[in-house]
Amino acid sequence: MAPRAVSIIAALSVIGLVIGPVTAVVLRAEAFSGFRPADWQALRFTLVQATLSALLSVVFAVPLARALARRAFIGRGLLVALLGAPFILPVIVAVLGLLAVFGQTGVLNRVLSPLGLPELQIYGLHGVLMAHVFFNLPLATRLILQGWLAIPAEQFRLAATLGMGRGAMWRCVEWPMLRRIVPGAFAVIFVICLSSFAVALTLGGGPRATTLELAIYQSMRFDFDLARAAVLGLVQIGLALCAGLIALRMTSVPVAAKGLDRHAPRWDMTGRVMVLVDGAWIVLAALFLLTPLAMVVLNGVAGLFDLGASVWQSAGHSILVALGSTALCLLWALPLATRWGEWLGLSGIALSPLVLGIGLFLIVQPFANPFELALYVTATVNAFVSLPFVLRILRPEAETLRAEYGRLRGALGLSGWAWLWWVLVPRLKRPLGFAAGLTAALSMGDLGVIALFADPDRATLPLKVYQLMGAYRMEQAAGGALLLLMLSLGMFWLFDRGGRVGTAS
Amino acid sequence: MALHLDAILARAGEFELAADLTVPEADRVAVVGASGSGKSTLLDVVAGFRLPERGTVRWAGRDITRLPPGARPVSILFQDTNLFPHLTIRQNLSLALNPATGRQRPGDAERIDAVLERVGLSGFGGRYLSEMSGGQQSRAALARVLIQARPVLLLDEPFAALGPALKDQMLDLVAEIAEAEGLTVLLVSHDPDDAKRFARMVIVVEEGQVTAPRDTEALFDDPPPGLRAYLGGG
Repeated sequence: MAPRAVSIIAALSVIGLVIGPVTAVVLRAEAFSGFRPADWQALRFTLVQATLSALLSVVFAVPLARALARRAFIGRGLLVALLGAPFILPVIVAVLGLLAVFGQTGVLNRVLSPLGLPELQIYGLHGVLMAHVFFNLPLATRLILQGWLAIPAEQFRLAATLGMGRGAMWRCVEWPMLRRIVPGAFAVIFVICLSSFAVALTLGGGPRATTLELAIYQSMRFDFDLARAAVLGLVQIGLALCAGLIALRMTSVPVAAKGLDRHAPRWDMTGRVMVLVDGAWIVLAALFLLTPLAMVVLNGVAGLFDLGASVWQSAGHSILVALGSTALCLLWALPLATRWGEWLGLSGIALSPLVLGIGLFLIVQPFANPFELALYVTATVNAFVSLPFVLRILRPEAETLRAEYGRLRGALGLSGWAWLWWVLVPRLKRPLGFAAGLTAALSMGDLGVIALFADPDRATLPLKVYQLMGAYRMEQAAGGALLLLMLSLGMFWLFDRGGRVGTAS
Repeated sequence: MALHLDAILARAGEFELAADLTVPEADRVAVVGASGSGKSTLLDVVAGFRLPERGTVRWAGRDITRLPPGARPVSILFQDTNLFPHLTIRQNLSLALNPATGRQRPGDAERIDAVLERVGLSGFGGRYLSEMSGGQQSRAALARVLIQARPVLLLDEPFAALGPALKDQMLDLVAEIAEAEGLTVLLVSHDPDDAKRFARMVIVVEEGQVTAPRDTEALFDDPPPGLRAYLGGG
């Protein structure tokens, strides 16, 4: 790949970005006077909500994945493809969508109130759980669906010829697969939810529904208690590392699954009741996932034409941050698309963006005003957080390329630059486009570290939407959310499309 | 000016290759032997893809043992992947001429045209590999090594995928060019007929032991026991 020196520089900069901020956090944590009851509560809530979120996501995903695995219907491919969409969906957009459906003035309450039924309350633990299930049910479904489709068709045929009933089929064929896949899916979602910030910020809050990440934010933003933030950050790192290592051991299935658009023919599921049950799961899941998005579009259209200059300014900031983090992430990823590079990149999952943000804040503070560097820090942290996903996408093809053309490169004596420009970039154009789209969309929708640093002049669009929500300017917030949705999906589409256009055979 | 392999010992896992021989300048030498005997390992040592544990490789008296493949006076034609399929033939040749940048310099276009004409591919510079037949692809690969203009040419069964007539045609073309340019050529082949057709001398590789080059005709008239077994003579 790139010259060894470039790989070493890229690796050292990633290591520096981990060690520097963590060291700064550890040093600051020495001044800590002890855990307060509120900190214990935050730790407890973090663990409880992550456990319940993972459990609910997996429990609902099993029947949904089974229904998708054994039923063919018009729009199935589209629905399965849409299950990948929440990954690049800005959290604040999803939250606004969920509020529009399940919130105090949401669609459901407008139906329930006239019937004299009690109103739904979305804020608190159940709101956090609902948002996490919204984001992670699709992920769990895709993982489990892949497991279902990986069962050889011969097993179903054999079961049919043996005249196996549903119970026997479950025991002999489906349960062994689920036992292998489900713990990994649970662990991955648990890790994701452990570092939940934006969901907790918008739907949680209050002493009873504060995650560690949110407590870190509150220590920084409201109390400016850097020592407390640092200790909470260390606890967060410890938790994420332990859970991440467990997840790594338990996960056997890659997230980027292929071939999910087919279904496995079955001979034991022709009864009308089973068709109805499967149909109900599919319809309910589609409604749960698509209605909030539809509401974002419906509510946002009116506000879209009445956005203030500050919203457009923050949209400009978001675009710059997204482009910056995409460029930085690819600069890291190209020379690190190796096995050891991927291990290094995993630190992007283990290290919480907020902890990283605090560390960078502490490092920068003696030399410059950290708030003035908010957008640069956000772009850097977003690039770092996207790195593991980008490496997962690039590494397999980069390694194939090295295996196929390494000797030709050697025989020609190609320089690192010539290899990069003439071979690597054109041959990896497609995965590079996809990876760039993913990074840009993730960065565009991020509401994490920017919340720590930004003053009103440097807000990104997700933060601006959050601020508008906080000020109860819901129409503008809805317009901003729709703009954010369009920009995130648009950026993803542009990069992904760019990678596909003119790809040489 | 000759290619010397002095007391070479190379290892590939459990496999060991020992070679001590000299290939005269501007000679065409075939390397024959059974599958897994070490023919390709021998070529890897000469090309620089495998560092020997012991011994030296010298060209014209200069020790090239530790030089990287691209810096050696050696070009090599592999069994496959001799060109990048996403680049046109002209871009591939340009990259071979300027491995540091890949950018064409003044005079490069004329050199590329001349080499393409030499291998019978005039007017094919703008094509991709996928737009060419198997024979044309082999000629394009040959153009790539010719434009590198290095005195030693290694051929690692590059025409094995071609039909017999096309393969003979390519071997004749390489022989003709090698003669004209004064190239020293080592051809690895599992087909004794290739050796007879192409090479004046033959090196036999048997279970990692490499013999010194012998006259082709004399060798096949009275093959040593190992080669006889390989040829099916018992």
